[in-house]
Amino acid sequence: MLEMREVSKVYRTETVETHALRGFSLKVDEGEFVAVTGPSGSGKTTFLTIAGLLEDFTRGEYLLDHVNVHGMNDNQRSRLRNEKIGFVFQAFNLIPDLNVLDNVEVPLHYRHMSGGERRKRALAALERVGLSARLKHYPAELSGGQQQRVAIARALAGGPRLLLADEPTGNLDTAMARGVMELIEEIHREGATIIMVTHDPELAARAQRNVHIVDGMATGVSEEPRFHPGLRERTAGDVSLPRS
Amino acid sequence: MSSQNAYYLQLALRALQRNPVLTTLMVLALAVGIGTCMTTLTVLHVLSGDPLPGRSSDLYYPQIDPRDALSYRPGEEPMGQVTWTDGMNLLEAHRADRQALMTGGSVAVQSTRNGVDPFFEDALYTTAEFFPMFGVPFRYGHAWGAADDSSRARVAVISDALNRRVFGGGDSVGKVLRLNGAAFRVVGVLGDWHPSPHFYDMYVGSYAEPEGVYLPLSTSQDIKMDHNGPVDCWGNGGGGPRPAHTAPCVWLQFWVQLDSPAQVAAYRQFLVNYSAQQKSLGRFQRPPNVRLRSLMQWLSYNQVVPDDVRMQAWLALGFLLVCLVNTVGLLLAKFLRRSGEIGVRRALGASRRAIFMQLLIESGLVGLAGGVLGLLLTLLGLWAVRQQPSDYAKLAHLDPTMLLATFGLALAGSLLAGALPAWRACLIPPALQLKAQ
Repeated sequence: MLEMREVSKVYRTETVETHALRGFSLKVDEGEFVAVTGPSGSGKTTFLTIAGLLEDFTRGEYLLDHVNVHGMNDNQRSRLRNEKIGFVFQAFNLIPDLNVLDNVEVPLHYRHMSGGERRKRALAALERVGLSARLKHYPAELSGGQQQRVAIARALAGGPRLLLADEPTGNLDTAMARGVMELIEEIHREGATIIMVTHDPELAARAQRNVHIVDGMATGVSEEPRFHPGLRERTAGDVSLPRS
Repeated sequence: MSSQNAYYLQLALRALQRNPVLTTLMVLALAVGIGTCMTTLTVLHVLSGDPLPGRSSDLYYPQIDPRDALSYRPGEEPMGQVTWTDGMNLLEAHRADRQALMTGGSVAVQSTRNGVDPFFEDALYTTAEFFPMFGVPFRYGHAWGAADDSSRARVAVISDALNRRVFGGGDSVGKVLRLNGAAFRVVGVLGDWHPSPHFYDMYVGSYAEPEGVYLPLSTSQDIKMDHNGPVDCWGNGGGGPRPAHTAPCVWLQFWVQLDSPAQVAAYRQFLVNYSAQQKSLGRFQRPPNVRLRSLMQWLSYNQVVPDDVRMQAWLALGFLLVCLVNTVGLLLAKFLRRSGEIGVRRALGASRRAIFMQLLIESGLVGLAGGVLGLLLTLLGLWAVRQQPSDYAKLAHLDPTMLLATFGLALAGSLLAGALPAWRACLIPPALQLKAQ
């Protein structure tokens, strides 16, 4: 699903060169749930932005769903991002003046989809996260947990091949965080490939595999992936997420 | 409109409603700039317009220099009018497709209708080809003919307004009109004809109203009607309202119609030859000095558009530029303040182009609103111009061209003003949302 080989990222200013990633390599198979951990400034977020095609890398090779992304222009990267990747942000990043349904439809608008198809997918995604009753609510009228669920629905609506989550429970209290994590695990059980960046060891422990980054390098990758109950029995036909 | 553009339009409306104060400021800035600019540009457009579209390119104003050698300076412009002798010589030479000699005047009109007192009316004394050459429309009847010119016939063509005033309207061909006490037979009533500027005789005012009465030039001379306009004499010229035909004075305008470049060249050569011939006869003392300007060149040469109108137009364009720069600043602030939303949209798959289009449509919407308000301000501005005492003030009306230009300018201005902020905003890195957390 995702393969990075010796990826480096250097930020340059007139006087300083910062190596955010140094020869970073990682392979994530389809259906895996990988947690990326590490201290602040270790390069976790840089890894996530490169994985999500939000940023280019300086050296190395990156294959997303067997497609080499090197040299792609902005249009190609945007289309690939829109079709294959779903983002869940720590701060939810819902658009405040759009209601729940409109927020979930945002990525679908950039896919030149018909209004009916867009509505169908958005409603299915919202039903999936249990927010069918809140379609016309605005983000400010929802709790943090509900907002994150809307963000997850937005990420799922396009039927992504890869879900990237950046500290998805970082802004939530314990009860809400638990609910969101359970939802993410459920989505994974249904067949989604998930990469979650977190600094919380407890959350990381719930992933199948942990990748630890220090100073831009992967220093520890768990040898034995932990599988969620039921995942071993999963077949391709079980994947219930909508696909584009 | 594509569904994508409809979506951007929907987002733009929402974004504009989100901050009504800022939106109002931008619309106002643009509207004031547009209103000021379009007011002055409309005045300029009206004043510098072609009085005879489609016909003006074939009309020429010949100039020759019959003055004596006193104070002669080589390269000097020839006289703006012609003497009676030269006018008649050029007219009778028939070297152009059409030609007409004319001068302005004023006549006392006596109406036979009850309750209408005698009044003075502006007149034009001219020759028969004036009407077909300038494409003057007739509501009733027709122009007089060359035979009427030769026989000094007592015939008249009158304007529609005068026809209504004197005869109460209708077909007045054949009716008798008393001018300066003499009886004239009406042969034609003009249709709607308001050439602006008053190009064929600018000596009575560049934006003067068309005359009410048109009489054969020969007849006006026969019954010694007074002439209006300047009389420039040299040597022993006398001047006055009725200069002697032999006096060295210019007081007539002469126009020709030349339908091809070859004819223009030939006519110019004819003017040179005529001047040389007159010099050899002793009438002219200067070397041949001729000009043959087209109608629009003649207007330009006479600087028909007042300098202050041009200056105002430049100042208004400068003001519009200031308003646009202001709008650029406001749009930049507005767009960059939404960098969060833009970053999220980019992360969710919006390309730079998509963001640019979304913001440009938002700018266009501001432009459209600015255009509508600017149009109202333009109408207000033109109304204010019409209250001024200048002779062109009454012409200050918005025509369809300028109406379209108002919206074109508003849209172009706002899109231009929006392009830079939209471009800056679409360069917001999509990684911003992750990095900022």
